[in-house]
Amino acid sequence: MATAELEDILERHRRDPLQLLQILIELQARDGWLAPATLGALADALGMPRARVESTASFYSFLHTRPAGEYRILFSDNITDRMLGNQALMQALCDKLWLQPGKVSEDGLVSVATTSCTGMCDQGPALLANGRTVTRLTPERIDEMAHLIRRRVPVGDWPPEWFHVEDNIRRRDVLLDHGLAPGAALAAALERGPTGLLSEIERSALRGRGGAGFGSDIKWRSCRDAWGDAHYVICNADEGEPGTFKDRVLLSSYFDLVVDGMCIAGMAIGANKGFIYLRGEYRYLLDRLETRLAQRREQGLLGRNILGRGFTFDIEIHLGAGAYICGEESALIESLEGKPGKPRIRPPFPVTNGYRGQPTTVNNVETLALAALIAVHGGEWFRAIGTPASTGTKLLSVSGDVARPGIYEFPFGVSVTEVLEAAGARDTQAVTSAGAAGHCLAADEFGRRIAFEDVATGGSIMVFDASRDMFEVARNFAHFFAHESCGFCTPCRVGTAVNARLLDKLAADHGSPYDLDEIAKMHRLMQGASHCGLGNTATIAIDDMLAKFRPAFERRLHSPDYEPAFDLDAALSQARRMTGRDDAGAHLGDNHEALAEARPHAQGAHSSADPVSAKDLQP
Amino acid sequence: MNDSFLLDGEDIPFTPGQTVMQAAAAAGKYIPHLCWHPDFAAHGSCKLCTVKIGGRFATSCTVRAAAGQEVENRTEELDAKRRTLLQLLFVEGNHFCPSCEKSGDCALQATAYEMGMLTPHFDHFYPDRPVDASHPDVLLDFNRCILCELCVRASRDVDGKNVFALAGRGTRSHLVVNSDTGRLADTDFAATDRAAAVCPVGVILKKRVGFAVPIGLRTYDRKPISAGMGADDKAGAGIGEAG
Repeated sequence: MATAELEDILERHRRDPLQLLQILIELQARDGWLAPATLGALADALGMPRARVESTASFYSFLHTRPAGEYRILFSDNITDRMLGNQALMQALCDKLWLQPGKVSEDGLVSVATTSCTGMCDQGPALLANGRTVTRLTPERIDEMAHLIRRRVPVGDWPPEWFHVEDNIRRRDVLLDHGLAPGAALAAALERGPTGLLSEIERSALRGRGGAGFGSDIKWRSCRDAWGDAHYVICNADEGEPGTFKDRVLLSSYFDLVVDGMCIAGMAIGANKGFIYLRGEYRYLLDRLETRLAQRREQGLLGRNILGRGFTFDIEIHLGAGAYICGEESALIESLEGKPGKPRIRPPFPVTNGYRGQPTTVNNVETLALAALIAVHGGEWFRAIGTPASTGTKLLSVSGDVARPGIYEFPFGVSVTEVLEAAGARDTQAVTSAGAAGHCLAADEFGRRIAFEDVATGGSIMVFDASRDMFEVARNFAHFFAHESCGFCTPCRVGTAVNARLLDKLAADHGSPYDLDEIAKMHRLMQGASHCGLGNTATIAIDDMLAKFRPAFERRLHSPDYEPAFDLDAALSQARRMTGRDDAGAHLGDNHEALAEARPHAQGAHSSADPVSAKDLQP
Repeated sequence: MNDSFLLDGEDIPFTPGQTVMQAAAAAGKYIPHLCWHPDFAAHGSCKLCTVKIGGRFATSCTVRAAAGQEVENRTEELDAKRRTLLQLLFVEGNHFCPSCEKSGDCALQATAYEMGMLTPHFDHFYPDRPVDASHPDVLLDFNRCILCELCVRASRDVDGKNVFALAGRGTRSHLVVNSDTGRLADTDFAATDRAAAVCPVGVILKKRVGFAVPIGLRTYDRKPISAGMGADDKAGAGIGEAG
C-alpha cells in the first residue's frame, strides 16, 4: 500500500494506538489481507511493538494475516443455517469454483469457509461476501455467485436484492410501537435531570437485556459516583449469540430511540462521549448509522449543546471483526482499545475502571432503547408491564422450525408455548432459550415463562421440531464455542476443544458411554473454573441436551465399553498409498474384519431405532 | 497484622490489598499455580489456583483476601479439578518429559506429580509448533508453551523490551516474538534478560548449559513443588528459575 494512503488512515485515527483494531479493519477492507510489511509499517507508525500489532491482527476472524483471496466467502454456520441447507450450498459453491472449503484457490481469486452466526437466522441461509451480508441463499443464487466471482465482478455490483435484509417484525408492543419523534425521549430526560431520571429508572426496575439482567439503575449510579477524568457510555451492539438478531432490527429501524437512550445514559452518568460497538457482521449498517448521527448533529440532537440545554454528548461507532467474546463487557472494552478481546480480571468492574481506565457503563442496545421509553413515560408505567421481578417487555428473536421467524415483542412472563404458537411452531421437540449459551428446554417445559426468574434469555429462541437430531445441535454448539473461546484461560480454551472432539468422535461412530461421561466432566470443570461467562455457559445447552435428549446421543454409541478415537487400520492408509497396496495383508486382519462386521450392525440398529441423522438436517 | 482468613482451617494473616495467593505464599502455604509469580502482576489464566471461598469457586491469585474468609484449597474436589486442568495442558502441547532439558526443574511436571496426575487422560492434540534456534544463546521450544505469559510480563515490565506476545485465539493461541521475521535472533533479546529465566516450563532454554545439574538432583527431584512455598517462592526467586 502506498505510504500516503496509510498516512491518511493513520491521521483519521489520530495516530492513537487505541484505534489499532479500527485501523486494521480499514486496511483489511482495502487490501483484502494484512501483509507482514503492513503490520510492520503500522507498528512503526503507532510506536508500538510489532508483536502487539500481530496479537490483535491474529485474534479476530475477519482479519487475515495470510492472503485469503480477492473474494472471501464466509457461510454463516449457525445450526439454523444448517437446518436451511447451508452445507450443501457451500459444497456446491466450492465445486463450481474448484476449491476446498477453508483453502484459497490456487490463482488467489477466492476462498470459501464458514463463520459463526451472522444474525440472519430468520432469512438464512446467509453468508458474508467480503464482509457484506447476503441473505436467503438458494442454489440459483450460488450458481450465479460462482459466475460473478469467476468473471471478477466486484461484490458491490452483485444483484442488490441479494443484500436485502428484512426486519420481520411479527409482534409489536410498547417498544416497537413507541411512536416517539427523534429526540423526544431525550428532551423528556433533560427535563427530569440526572437525579429525576435515575429515580425513574430505579422505579421501573429495568434490568439489562443482554441476558445477565443486572439492575440498570445500580449500574448507572455506581458509574456516576465513580471518580474519573471522563465517563463513557458504551452501547453493546456485538450481537453474537447464535440465533439473536433483535439488536440488528433496533439499529436498522429504531436507531433514533437507541441514540436517545445513549444520550440519556450519558446525562445520567455524567458522560460526554459514547461508543457503539457494532459487530463486524453488521458492517452493512455502518454508513447508514453514521449518516443518521451526522443528521442528528445538524438537528441539535447530538454533539454540542443538545436541544439548546447545554448538554454535550457525542457518539463514535467502532467495528468488531468477528469475535463472539467481545459481547462480554470487559472483552468489548479491550477490543475498543484496539487489543485482542480477552476479558479482564474483575474486579475492578467497568463502572469504575472501563474504557481508558475510566468509569464506563456498557449497556445492551435494547436496554438503552427501553431507558428512552422510561424517560418519557416514567418508571411506574414500565413496572406495570411484565412480572414483578422482570419488568417491561422483551424482544425475542425466533428462528428455526417455525412458520413465521422474526422479532416478537412480548411482556415478560409470556410462556414458551405462547411464543411457539405465535410463531407457528408445530411438533416442537426442543427450544434453546438463550442461544448456544443457555438452557435447552424439552416439550414438558414449554409451560415455563420467559423471565429472569424462570427462563432467562437475551432473546435468542431457536426452535427444533421432532425431525431434528439434537445430537447435531449439540455438536454445532460445541464447535461454535471451540472456535470462539478467546484462549485466555485453560478450562475454556482446552475444554471447549476437547468437547468438540468428543462430539466428533461420537459422530464418527467411535463413541462409547465413557465419552458421554467425559462431556459431563468438561461441563463440571468449566463451570466455575472458567475466567468469564463464555466458559461458564459454553456447556449448559449441551449438558441439557445430554440429559433431556439422551437417545440422540446414545444411538451414536459404537460400543458399550471404551472405544478409542484412534482407528488403527485407518492410520495405515498412508502406508498403503505409499506402497500401492490395498490387499487384505495390508490391513489389520482381525481388527479390520471385526470392524467390518460390527459397523453395519451398529448402523443398522441406529437407523432402525430412529431414521433421523445428520443428513436430515438438510431439507 | 490484625486481619486473617482460614485456609483449609488454618489461620492465615494478610495485609489489606493482598490476594489470597499472596497471603498464603507469605505464610509458606502452597496453593497450586503456574501463571502466578510473586514478582509480577497476577494473570489469572492457568486456573490451577482455583479455590473455594464460602462455597464458591474463585481464582486465588486475583481475589482479594478478606477477614474471616473460609478458603478451601487442598480438597479432593479441587485437586481433582487441578488434575484435569493439568491433563488439558499436557495434551494441548507436546510435553515429552523424558527428552526435555527442563525435566526436574519444570513447574508443570512438578505440579502434575504433586496433584497425583498419572496419565494425560485425553487424546493428544499434537500441535505443529516449530522450534526457534536462531538466537545464539537461547533456544525457543514452543511445543511446551502453556501460555502463562510470564515471559511476556518479564520482558515488558522488567526488561522493558516487549520481546514476547501472545497471538491467535482459542487453541490457536501461541507465543510470538517481536521481529519482522518472527525469529528471536532478530530481536534485542539477551540471555541475561529476566524473561530468559522466568519460563516455568521448557520453552526458553539457555544454550550450552544443558544438563548441568544431573537428573535426580534437580529442584523438584530434591523436594516437591509444594515444599517450595516461602523458601524458593519469595520475590526474585520464584519457581521455574531453578537450575
